[in-house]
Amino acid sequence: MAKAGISSYGAYIPWHRMDRGLFANAWGGFAIPGEKAIANYDEDSVTMAVAAAMDCLSGLDAHKVDGLFFASTTSPYKEKQCSAIMALTLDLRRDARTADITTSLRSGTTAMGLALDSIRAGTAESVLVTASDSRLAAPGGMLEQTLGDGAAAVLLGNEDVIAEITDSYSISDDLAGTWRSYEDTFVRSWEERMVLDEGYLKILPETMAGLMKKCGLGPKDFARVVFDPPGDLRRHGRVAAGLGFEPSQVQDPLNLFMKVGITGAAMAPMMLIAALEEAKPGERILFACFGNGADAFALEVTEAVEKIGERRGLKGCLDSKRMLDNYQTYLRWRDLVPQEAARRPEKQHISLSAVWRERRVILGLWGIKCRRCGTPQYDNGAMSTTPIRVCAVCQAQDDFDDYCFARRKGTVFSYTQDRLAAVVDPPASVVLVDFEGGGRAFFDLTDRDPDELEVGMPVEMTFRKVHFDRGLSNYFWKAKPAR
Amino acid sequence: MPGSIKDKVAIIGMGCTRFGELWDKGPSDLIVEAVNEAYADAGVEEKDIEAVWVGTLFSGFGGRSVSEPLRMQYKPVTRVENACGSGTEAVRGASYAIAAGIHDVCLAVGFEKLKDAGLSGVPGMQNRTNTHYEQTMPGIFAIMATRYFDRYSLSPEDGKTMLAKISVKSHHNGFLNPKAHLRRELTVEQVLNAPIIAWPLGLFDCCGVSDGAAAAVVTRADMAKKFRPDPVYIKALQICTSPTSGRLTTDYDYTHVEEAYRAGIAAYAEAGVNNPRKEISMAEVHDCFSITEAVTMEDLQFSPRGRVREDIEAGVFNLDGELPVQPDGGLKCFGHPIGASGIRMLYELYLQLQGRADKRQIKDPKLGLTHNMGNEPYAPTVSVAIVGL
Repeated sequence: MAKAGISSYGAYIPWHRMDRGLFANAWGGFAIPGEKAIANYDEDSVTMAVAAAMDCLSGLDAHKVDGLFFASTTSPYKEKQCSAIMALTLDLRRDARTADITTSLRSGTTAMGLALDSIRAGTAESVLVTASDSRLAAPGGMLEQTLGDGAAAVLLGNEDVIAEITDSYSISDDLAGTWRSYEDTFVRSWEERMVLDEGYLKILPETMAGLMKKCGLGPKDFARVVFDPPGDLRRHGRVAAGLGFEPSQVQDPLNLFMKVGITGAAMAPMMLIAALEEAKPGERILFACFGNGADAFALEVTEAVEKIGERRGLKGCLDSKRMLDNYQTYLRWRDLVPQEAARRPEKQHISLSAVWRERRVILGLWGIKCRRCGTPQYDNGAMSTTPIRVCAVCQAQDDFDDYCFARRKGTVFSYTQDRLAAVVDPPASVVLVDFEGGGRAFFDLTDRDPDELEVGMPVEMTFRKVHFDRGLSNYFWKAKPAR
Repeated sequence: MPGSIKDKVAIIGMGCTRFGELWDKGPSDLIVEAVNEAYADAGVEEKDIEAVWVGTLFSGFGGRSVSEPLRMQYKPVTRVENACGSGTEAVRGASYAIAAGIHDVCLAVGFEKLKDAGLSGVPGMQNRTNTHYEQTMPGIFAIMATRYFDRYSLSPEDGKTMLAKISVKSHHNGFLNPKAHLRRELTVEQVLNAPIIAWPLGLFDCCGVSDGAAAAVVTRADMAKKFRPDPVYIKALQICTSPTSGRLTTDYDYTHVEEAYRAGIAAYAEAGVNNPRKEISMAEVHDCFSITEAVTMEDLQFSPRGRVREDIEAGVFNLDGELPVQPDGGLKCFGHPIGASGIRMLYELYLQLQGRADKRQIKDPKLGLTHNMGNEPYAPTVSVAIVGL
């Protein structure tokens, strides 16, 4: 069996957080301690997966990636592949294999297992797996407080492996403690006591024990045991203790729970990244994830873990945050209450043909660099000006190289805070961005505190959902303050 | 060798409706009223009109947009559109037809019925991919103000005060004008304390969004005095259109409008104006926002670059100043029914030159200039017209 494992990782946590007390204030009842991460109004599981994937691919050649799996229980589509959107956004090869692995809370680890199989079978050398979720709970319940939004990405491959995956074991079970049908907006759940006692506390240990038996290892052979918790964190400790792990071996979910919440299919992978950020060469990690059965993996950390390049990781986004101070903003961002429409023109219907024609420009943030005068240019579309056929500086025609702006830093050349524009989070902060290396374009500024905006402010680009029309999510890029 | 329009075409009659939120008037009311006034002023009837140009951005399509309300009988009618500069474009079409010797008497009409849209502001521009940033017109000009303040090291207070004085001046003039949309004197404090629309621009930095129509009858210069003793002659009629590079490359400073500067130079050359500040008696410029007027003073070489503030402080552009600007209240107070605005600007200069501007009358004006701008500061078509006796 060829050596295969994790060769890179990345994470994403939305910048906005809410104290759980705000939910209790709104509805009464008990406030669970801590905060939860809230996707901005322009974020969803696809945009968060892209952010984690970009982090994961930092410094790597995207063209070497042979496959991409998007794992989530909150795909924006029943029929349309999100990984195909992401492949364009991340500039993967056209023949990179894409798939969406959805509907189960363990779809992230399932995707990892499938990717691993593909690498071991030799049909791919590297596969990018993203796990991302933004699950919606009905207002007023405990789930509303515990669920949080986030994403993780791991690159699986057979080169520069930082953690070899030596074995894996899965079992399938029909018991689902939470579910959503095609008709459901909110997560449904059965009585938690039954689900925990008959599901979490039995199926997860069974799987982890099965893995240890399969690879002939015991609890003492692992430096770390990493698996996702239920809303009641005490049960997490009970599973570990029941299997014979010492508390010091357990990747404590408390930090993530207190700062982010339970992030669905992304939860276990995010905890794995937290463990990898601290891992030492030679350490074994037992990694598992619960959901309609469970997946378990045995990992062995390699020397390469110490040479992994710069990235934001989980550490980099855990404490970068802005606290929302009211529940109404949350309701508005999740579109949970009807609101008075602004007296402004409604957005036009999306033209599928126009979006498809300009897919690289829109999804990949590809512009041009003039071969004659060397000026990089990006045009996000006035009425009639895309694609760029004539250089804005020297008028050279069609003599360009492709030039991607997605990872370019920029500075704010000028801006406005527009209170007339009909936006979900007024004022509309519009910035004119000058990119390092050349090129300028207007963008909406997101994840910003309106008061911090000034001329000269450094910004970076972020992939967001800008419009939703007749079932189509319209993704594009915005600027955000560099953090 | 390009030709010149100078003294080839004369305006012999003009009409303009009151501008405003004219809830009880439809487009045909506006068109008929403006055209009737222009006919009466020129002493002509529809049968004398040989060809028509009409400018409108949102309110009509085709020549029928004006032939239909007037039931014009089988005339050649052309609709033109150059964004907010559509009105001047109609005058340009009519004037060039005269100058070319094709027609003797032509009509130019501009109109817009904005207030049936149920919107605040005017409709924005959108692309078919909906990937455009959140653009409103106040926002896109506010970005110019932010840049101007930063470039010339004006604190927000100083910058906003400079802009406030522009609006106070225009409100004073508009107050004196019975056809103006917004007739109310304002103080600097009121302007500064108004709600922010798009920072740093507040409510009173923005022009009126109005309904209205204006019309002009033009003829050959050598025929003009058959119609009236005091025709107003076109001295220059220039437009300049942007390559729209400024939003793609870092060269553009966003504190001036290159197209205005160039159209100004071309118009001065056509009219034989050597020192605009001294020779231009008055100007109606495209003050869609206060910042637009500020940079336009510099673009048209009325004020040195970066120093319009000194001239504003000194009252140069006030009605009793050295170079009165917006004597009728401008877009700010007369209002901005888009297609009508360019012709409305000419209407005021025409009245002023003929000594018919009543309480706003400027003493003995010789040359008047209109500056009509369509689209954003980095993408405009700017027209500059100069008229005189």
